[in-house]
Amino acid sequence: MTWVNQLLNGVLLGGYYALLACGLSFMFGVMRIINLAHGDFAVLAACLIFLIADLTDISPFIALIAVLPIMAAIGWGLQRWMLERSLRAGALVPLLTTFGLAIVIENGLFEYFGADTRSLAPYIGDFAFDSWAITSNIYVGSLAVLIFAVAVVLLGGLKLFLTHTSLGREIRATAEDPDTAELVGINARAVYAIAAAIAVASAGLAGMFFAMRAVFTPYSGPEQLIFAFEAVVIGGIGSLSGTLIGGIVLGVAQTLGAQINPQGFFIAGHLVFLAVLAGRLTIAALQARGGVQRLFARRP
Amino acid sequence: MSKDPGFVVERWTRLSAASSIGAAVLLVVLAFGPLLFAANVVDSLTNLFIYLILAVMWNALAGYAGLVSVGQQAFFGLGAYFAIQFSYHGVSVYPALLLGALLAGLVSLPISLLMLRLRAGEFAIGMWVVAELVHLLVALDPLINGETGVSMIALNAFSPDGRRAYNYWMALGAMVGLLAVVFALLRGRLGVSVQAIRDDEDAAESVGVRVLAGKRTIFFLAAFGCALAGSLWLATSITFQPRTYFGIQWTAYMIFMVLVGGLGTFEGPIIGAVIFFLIEYFFGETGVWYLVGLGASAVVFALFLPRGLWGAVEHRFGIRLLPVGYSLRMLRSNFYPGVAAAAAHDQQNGGPPPLERGTTGGNENTPKY
Repeated sequence: MTWVNQLLNGVLLGGYYALLACGLSFMFGVMRIINLAHGDFAVLAACLIFLIADLTDISPFIALIAVLPIMAAIGWGLQRWMLERSLRAGALVPLLTTFGLAIVIENGLFEYFGADTRSLAPYIGDFAFDSWAITSNIYVGSLAVLIFAVAVVLLGGLKLFLTHTSLGREIRATAEDPDTAELVGINARAVYAIAAAIAVASAGLAGMFFAMRAVFTPYSGPEQLIFAFEAVVIGGIGSLSGTLIGGIVLGVAQTLGAQINPQGFFIAGHLVFLAVLAGRLTIAALQARGGVQRLFARRP
Repeated sequence: MSKDPGFVVERWTRLSAASSIGAAVLLVVLAFGPLLFAANVVDSLTNLFIYLILAVMWNALAGYAGLVSVGQQAFFGLGAYFAIQFSYHGVSVYPALLLGALLAGLVSLPISLLMLRLRAGEFAIGMWVVAELVHLLVALDPLINGETGVSMIALNAFSPDGRRAYNYWMALGAMVGLLAVVFALLRGRLGVSVQAIRDDEDAAESVGVRVLAGKRTIFFLAAFGCALAGSLWLATSITFQPRTYFGIQWTAYMIFMVLVGGLGTFEGPIIGAVIFFLIEYFFGETGVWYLVGLGASAVVFALFLPRGLWGAVEHRFGIRLLPVGYSLRMLRSNFYPGVAAAAAHDQQNGGPPPLERGTTGGNENTPKY
């Protein structure tokens, strides 16, 4: 029964990874940029919410309403003042600039918040550790269920937004080919900025949940970025529904790995990521040579 | 082809000859460092040599082969870890440092099978995952005591002064050796082919450049070089703590040095390492703000001065201190550059593939960043 319980918790943890990976996947899908500061934006939002909750006794959920627009504005500015210029300089420059930005954010936060570990859990009362019993010995945390539900709603909502609204269609057109999109009257610059705003705001949302379910420090960002990236790759780059599956696979692998060894949590996640990558590349290589069946075909 | 093509192909200019002689003289002086300088100067110079190795290796990866890795600390840490293992199994200290780096270099080969098939951002962050995984696996080794770490006890066999001098000489030798290898590679066929890959991988492949082989050579070299830097760092600091050696800050330092000095130039990372060394010397005490400054300058340089300081100088004045490229000196004024470049190649070595022309075009060696 422990295994069933662990499996269930792994799936719910996967919901958190999907939420975290959503913005990363979206930004890559639209702009072909992997934002190496993605995890640090999540931590930045967590720090802001922590600050509000700590100073004013406002619930973190209410504080989120104030922080999300700030994160969206940061995303907008990021695109306008940094990524736009980086993209023009070539495919690799956004990596260098977002990496530099990550260093700035981490150490800037450290300067203000210090090395203490913090958590939002004390600010949400019993909700942090409440759980529902499904059977007599299978429990799920209510926070974990909420996070999973939010992830599903966000990913699903984003997908509907992309397919059913005119702005969504503009985003998809720009992602496909920005030059042609501009020819038919789309303002590609504005579309990119909106996409970046959505991506960074969703990182902020994930950051709040991260801080509720765990402790964080100013240097927690890179680890979150890696988890998000692994979820994206496992699920298939550019696919939002794949991201949810990728997150679940990662979450289950980590939870099961943790049963074997304390460090197994991380190791299992990384190994699954590498295995999926290796599998996908092998299949691609085989297909390039004429498909799997040709391996078994008789040689002339 | 006319008998008088109207230009000469130059690899050596008067300036590059003079600066090469200057560099040789500097090296001879440096070789006597431990006999000439005070102890703290020798220690500082050893650190500078290690930084320089890291910068040159990262530049070979990103500036020449177009592989932006944020996971080179995997090899930095592995080099140190394997050196400890060799030393623990009875190999004497300094050979152990070299063997450790070699073994880490060999480990890069199976890693390259997977990683080199990834592109741009996927490669960058994929390498980061590799570094994290290697870090976790090394920390599982009982010899390392988890994150507590272990000391290279065998180093106690040397007196502090002797150790300082040996570290210095080994770091100097490693730096000169790796610079020589990079120099030779860049002047040769591999140099042109990896730059072609960096500029346009598909185009390079279509004209017959062996993309994967070229990338793998550079990847191996960079892994070995970073591992050697790691094992040398171990020799200077004695203790091995996984968290320090596998830390992402090494990548931050490498990116800073290369971007500030000049991505894709031979001289740039050398200058970047010296600048980084000076900044660390003067501002390292300020701790976190120093790191904020490093990150911010990496952003500013990537955005506004993508060739770095040296690239800007080189472009502005058309000078080249070390003869890594080709340049054409016109004897007649009314000559089409394209024809000149084509003729230059025919004259020089009987017409290699046309691809090599564009990518080594003298001083117009514009990185596509």
